[in-house]
Amino acid sequence: MAVEPITGAEIIVKALIDQGVDVIFGYPGGAVLPLYDALFKQNRIKHILVRHEQAAVHAAEGYARSTGKVGVVLVTSGPGATNAVTGLTDALMDSIPIVCLTGQVPTHLIGNDAFQEADTTGITRPCTKHNYLVKSIEELSRKVHEAFHVAKSGRPGPVVIDLPKDVQQAKYEYVNHAGQKHRSYNPPVRPDRAQVEKAVEAMAHAKRPLFYIGGGCVNSGVQACALLVDFIRMTGFPCTQTLMGLGAFPGSDPLSLGMVGMHGMYESNLAMHDCDVMINIGARFDDRVTGKLAAFSPGSKKIHVDIDPSSINKNIRVDIPVVGDVGHVVEEMMRIWKARQVKPDAKALSAWWDQINKWRARDCLRYRASDQVIKPQYALQRLYAAIKDKDFYITTEVGQHQMWAAQFLKFEQPNRWMTSGGLGTMGYGLPAAYGVQVAHPESLVIDVAGEASIMMNIQEMSTVVQYRLPVKIFIMNNKWMGMVRQWQELLHGGRYSESYSDALPDFVKLADAFGATGLRAEKVGDLDGVIAKMLATPGPVIVDVAVDEKENCFPMIPSGAAHNEMLLGPEDQTAKPISEEGMVLV
Amino acid sequence: MSDRSSTKGGTELFAVSKEDGTERHTISVLVDNEAGVLARVIGLFSGRGYNIESLTVAETDVSKHLSRITVVTSGTPMIIEQIKNQLRRLVPVHKVTDLTVEGPSLEREMALVKVQGSGEKRVESMRIADIFRAHVVDATIESFVFEMTGSTEKVNAFINLMQPLGLIDVSRTGVVAIARGPEA
Repeated sequence: MAVEPITGAEIIVKALIDQGVDVIFGYPGGAVLPLYDALFKQNRIKHILVRHEQAAVHAAEGYARSTGKVGVVLVTSGPGATNAVTGLTDALMDSIPIVCLTGQVPTHLIGNDAFQEADTTGITRPCTKHNYLVKSIEELSRKVHEAFHVAKSGRPGPVVIDLPKDVQQAKYEYVNHAGQKHRSYNPPVRPDRAQVEKAVEAMAHAKRPLFYIGGGCVNSGVQACALLVDFIRMTGFPCTQTLMGLGAFPGSDPLSLGMVGMHGMYESNLAMHDCDVMINIGARFDDRVTGKLAAFSPGSKKIHVDIDPSSINKNIRVDIPVVGDVGHVVEEMMRIWKARQVKPDAKALSAWWDQINKWRARDCLRYRASDQVIKPQYALQRLYAAIKDKDFYITTEVGQHQMWAAQFLKFEQPNRWMTSGGLGTMGYGLPAAYGVQVAHPESLVIDVAGEASIMMNIQEMSTVVQYRLPVKIFIMNNKWMGMVRQWQELLHGGRYSESYSDALPDFVKLADAFGATGLRAEKVGDLDGVIAKMLATPGPVIVDVAVDEKENCFPMIPSGAAHNEMLLGPEDQTAKPISEEGMVLV
Repeated sequence: MSDRSSTKGGTELFAVSKEDGTERHTISVLVDNEAGVLARVIGLFSGRGYNIESLTVAETDVSKHLSRITVVTSGTPMIIEQIKNQLRRLVPVHKVTDLTVEGPSLEREMALVKVQGSGEKRVESMRIADIFRAHVVDATIESFVFEMTGSTEKVNAFINLMQPLGLIDVSRTGVVAIARGPEA
């Protein structure tokens, strides 16, 4: 095969094209100049210039989470790479497939404390699924292709490829290594049939079953989710979702109990506590979901489906582990269910639903309505009413607004809800939103934000305006780091140490300064008009909604408490003080 | 790492089942011999708060670029299972074997033990070295360096006996282990 030698930078671009990459989020610098030069000379891959490398990773996460494809990031050495660390950690915690190319000083300078040198592979080892330092041009193509395979297969995650400048400039022949089998890394996707049989057996005899589905379902893909929805409907069992699993099952389906966990629905948490068979599909028994481990769902037989064996028996001991990809497992479950003509215990199931409907009747999201001040919950209800029939995607920042968004917005499909679940990264929402918008230029993309979080990556307004990305930023401005304030109220005697958002900018003028549109809603009567105007405005919009400064997020399982010790509203908060051991937890 | 050369309680430290419900396991990890692989394994242990009681690593198959890492660790059964699953998740890891549970296995350590002394103590150290089949690999008029191989318990016992006889320095390899029988 006589192939013309090309530069390392050109090899990388070719490999990216062969991997189907059509967009890169990045920021140039000295150590990636050859790569930027190679990008300049082609027109297959679009480059989105971010304003901070952290945002590049979040944007790639938004792109990846909304498409199911790998998100690609390109940053320079040293500060470029270290700035990306938060984004990489975020992607690792939420299992988002990312390939992050980082520049590195030339190989002969590595270890010399050269200008803009950092030990990128050392720094990113604990915050990536895997990383590579490519020390010679001969291994470059293989490693780039391998990085994509690692990022998207098994439990997805971020992969860093550190690229010394001399490797980008050296010349070699390009060989397409896509699809090559890895010699040690081959994660299983097909489950052990005997385990699936056991799981179906347990489900067939359940009297109080509950599906508990998570982000793994979304990662398994649209078809896997569709299969899962069919299967859950076939069983008639109730289904609760984690924060990351919202949309994997239609939020408006009567079988859906909504979100589970610390700020999840009363009926979800009580059902989790009292169920006799729990079917965990693609969730990881995160501490936000389980609450007090010793009191977690004490009487249930637990089935856990996960592609990552290390997620099984990590926090909670389960009875029937099933290792495999959600799509394959559910397909097998369905097949066995049909073959055995399983008829669940209709009487028990109907009694279980009666109980659940009693919990539902508590209407746990109820709040004290007001005509004086915009309640944040009301703002989201009005937003949802205005967008629910549209083709919409939602991202969020982190805090109270995020939990309210998870409670009050409903998702009928997977890949529509992008939020920082595991790491809880303030500043995630805006870059993630334009990452989504790049992938879905015609769709409505809204970042539900808080005024504190949005300030963490506000510079990205510039990116949004540069590429005319019509992202809508819906700031629920309560002038506080609301979740911090809520915890200070709950745990620290209302001593609001440093949680007030002082010296806030005028967000309307700020939007204007960036070349976007700014709108404001101060009174309850303004809200619908402002939302309508936001939706009617073609370009990027910042909406500053002045919401109730004192509102807290309920229902809530206080830290250290069990699912059946939920606080439903401010009245419960004073009645049930937090335990000493709960105070230590985050 | 625990203090391996401590003279007291050495044997208890390495008991398989401990009073607090933790167990000692010897785990063998076959990895690609590539840059950073040891840092990945060690970083996994430190990052997740697992114990390393001993760790050895060397290339075992030059043509295939494979190295074997032998880790002696302790934890509750749930933690031990986690450790194995976390290790299997690392991309350059080929195989993880828990030698403590997967059939009979052999464990060996080598120690270099320096003893200083004269007269009766010097003679006694030679006599004990003989019982333990330790070799003298360095000698001066006032010192010996013994090389001895055996189980962790045997090495501990030898070191304990050398203590009153003028023990001044110890260097140990940590445990290497392999399954008994014909299978790899």
